[in-house]
Amino acid sequence: MLTIKNLHAQVEDTPILNGLNLEIGPGEVHAIMGPNGSGKSTLASVLAGREDYEVTQGSVDFDGTDLLDMDASERARDGLFLAFQYPVEIPGVSNLNFMKAAINGKREHQGLEPISAKDFLALVKEKSALVELAGRLRDRSVNEGFSGGEKKRNEIFQMAMLEPKLAILDETDSGLDIDALRIVSQGVNAMRDAGRSFLVITHYQRLLDHIVPDFVHVLSEGQIVKSGPKELALELEEKGYDWIKEPAV
Amino acid sequence: MAYDGEDKILEEVTGKAYEFGFTTDIDSDKAPAGLNEDIIRLISAKKNEPDWLLEWRLNAFKVWTDMVEPEWPHLQYEKPDFQAISYYAAPKQKKELASMDDVDPELRKTMDKLGISLEEQKRLSGVAVDFVMDSVSVATSFKDKLAELGIIFCSMSEAVQEHPELVRKHLGTVVPVRDNFYAALNSAVFTDGSFCYIPKGVKCPMELSTYFRINESGTGQFERTLVVADESSYVSYLEGCTAPQRDENQLHAAVVELVALDGAEIKYSTVQNWYPGDEEGKGGVFNFVTKRGICHTRSKISWTQVETGSAVTWKYPSCILKGDDSVGEFYSVAVTNNFQQADTGTKMVHLGKRTRSTIISKGISAGKSQNSYRGLVQIMPNADKARNFSQCDSLLMTDQCGAHTFPYIETKNPTAQVEHEATTSKIGEDQIFYCLQRGIDEEQAISLIVNGYAKEVLNKLPMEFAVEAQKLLAISLEGSVG
Repeated sequence: MLTIKNLHAQVEDTPILNGLNLEIGPGEVHAIMGPNGSGKSTLASVLAGREDYEVTQGSVDFDGTDLLDMDASERARDGLFLAFQYPVEIPGVSNLNFMKAAINGKREHQGLEPISAKDFLALVKEKSALVELAGRLRDRSVNEGFSGGEKKRNEIFQMAMLEPKLAILDETDSGLDIDALRIVSQGVNAMRDAGRSFLVITHYQRLLDHIVPDFVHVLSEGQIVKSGPKELALELEEKGYDWIKEPAV
Repeated sequence: MAYDGEDKILEEVTGKAYEFGFTTDIDSDKAPAGLNEDIIRLISAKKNEPDWLLEWRLNAFKVWTDMVEPEWPHLQYEKPDFQAISYYAAPKQKKELASMDDVDPELRKTMDKLGISLEEQKRLSGVAVDFVMDSVSVATSFKDKLAELGIIFCSMSEAVQEHPELVRKHLGTVVPVRDNFYAALNSAVFTDGSFCYIPKGVKCPMELSTYFRINESGTGQFERTLVVADESSYVSYLEGCTAPQRDENQLHAAVVELVALDGAEIKYSTVQNWYPGDEEGKGGVFNFVTKRGICHTRSKISWTQVETGSAVTWKYPSCILKGDDSVGEFYSVAVTNNFQQADTGTKMVHLGKRTRSTIISKGISAGKSQNSYRGLVQIMPNADKARNFSQCDSLLMTDQCGAHTFPYIETKNPTAQVEHEATTSKIGEDQIFYCLQRGIDEEQAISLIVNGYAKEVLNKLPMEFAVEAQKLLAISLEGSVG
């Protein structure tokens, strides 16, 4: 699904990713953990196509196409979804209109007619139930006046609506209380299937109690320094990130 | 790897052509350039006007001669040469128009290009349209239907002939001849415009609509609109404007007067899309307009405007809240791009007790444009418990444009309540990226964000205008983030 080879990226001449390699197969859930400043969020931004990030070396293959060759909206239409760490507010634009524009963008890309009002509303009903997103949240402006937890639930709702091939969750657990964490995780788990891959970026192990990964990777100074099964996360929690900075075994 | 860079975007915006830049090839009856008493006599004679109106015009001309152009707006432009303008240009018509079918085919084409085929209008939207081209009203649809209710909706020239008593009673009562330089000029030389009268207790069942268009080169457009809503009546009035693309600056100096008698309500909506000049700032319409309404007891006047066109705009639709418990509203979206300049806002003059006013102004500046809000809220000594709420927001699309706010508040009554809020923000790259990441392309992202920002105002427009206004906003700002 996603093959990253020797990826180097910088922001304003400061190198952040330094030769990152990662392979994610269809249906797999990979977790990336690492200390602050290790390049976790940069990786998410580079994959999503944010323009302040410059790729200086390496390649990214996304389901057979060159990801780096596409602009941000093309990547999204091709099935890459980023759940933002800090979801953005867009005053005056209703959540539903926003979703409709997104879905129709994708459908246009697929050569389909815009979605009918009836199908759209049915889809909204189905997907909002997944993350217990009440009607008043769906109908309000995008993220405006939402609490931290509501914003994250809205991200997962949008993910469910757009049914991506690859979903990147950037510190989705940050700022969530235990109930919101449970709801968000349920939403994600409900969407796991053989054709959909996840890249879960997190600082803490607790999210991985709810969304159980197939693989855990540790990122340090822009490289993956250790990979392992889900138990690696527990080991990290116990020993701290300093442990990993010692030479890998 | 990333989405289109800023330079590319800036390039794109300059590439977007003005859509209504065509001219219509029809015979036009045009007066020689220049302004003097003879020209005014000529205009008056052409229009077969009564003596009182000729006298009124000549007096206005005298007043105007002694006035100087205002310097206080936050605008820079070359002053028009008033002797180089032709003050009368009328599409030549061979005979009186008995029905829509008699309209010159070329003119019909113009209307079609503007997307306002009258037939369509009749069939689909139930909007009555008056069409003013180069100062002369060409056609008014739906007149018979309105007449059954006693509603008069016609060109100003026709009103002068058919309803002189109404015109004489109200003309110049809201915007006096000596009100300002451009109002005086308009009073002297206005050639047409629309007139509307709603009788007592009548709710006008359809939107009344006027389209203004400047076609001839070297002409100015000086239309005069007068709307009188008699006691407890209601009318919603729409106004749309376009002009061909020309290198010269054309002058548009209109006057709009609204009279809302006791308990009446007038909703006046404008979508102004005069030619804004090219990306170098060449050409474009000078839009110097005086719009004002007077509210009698318990009446209400609501101005809604979407201003996307004109090289220079100088316009302050205002309300004189004379009667007790009267209400004034002003909702505005003003977009400037490239080298456009706008100095626009409103005046709310509270004279009566418990009068209320609301001002919502949304400025959007792009390119190298300058966008100013200028507003006056005046509470006079007798206006006990008057209330005003003003909100002025500015949205900046680039680093080279400017947004300015000049709010004036004068309160002479201690029981009054005046609130003012203002914000300035730059369109967020984060917002755009968020949209892109959801698969929404950049153009649509900007359109969504801007329309969201202007929503409070767009919501006030009648349905068929709201759609047009949204499209216009998107076109005016296409790719203009930088």
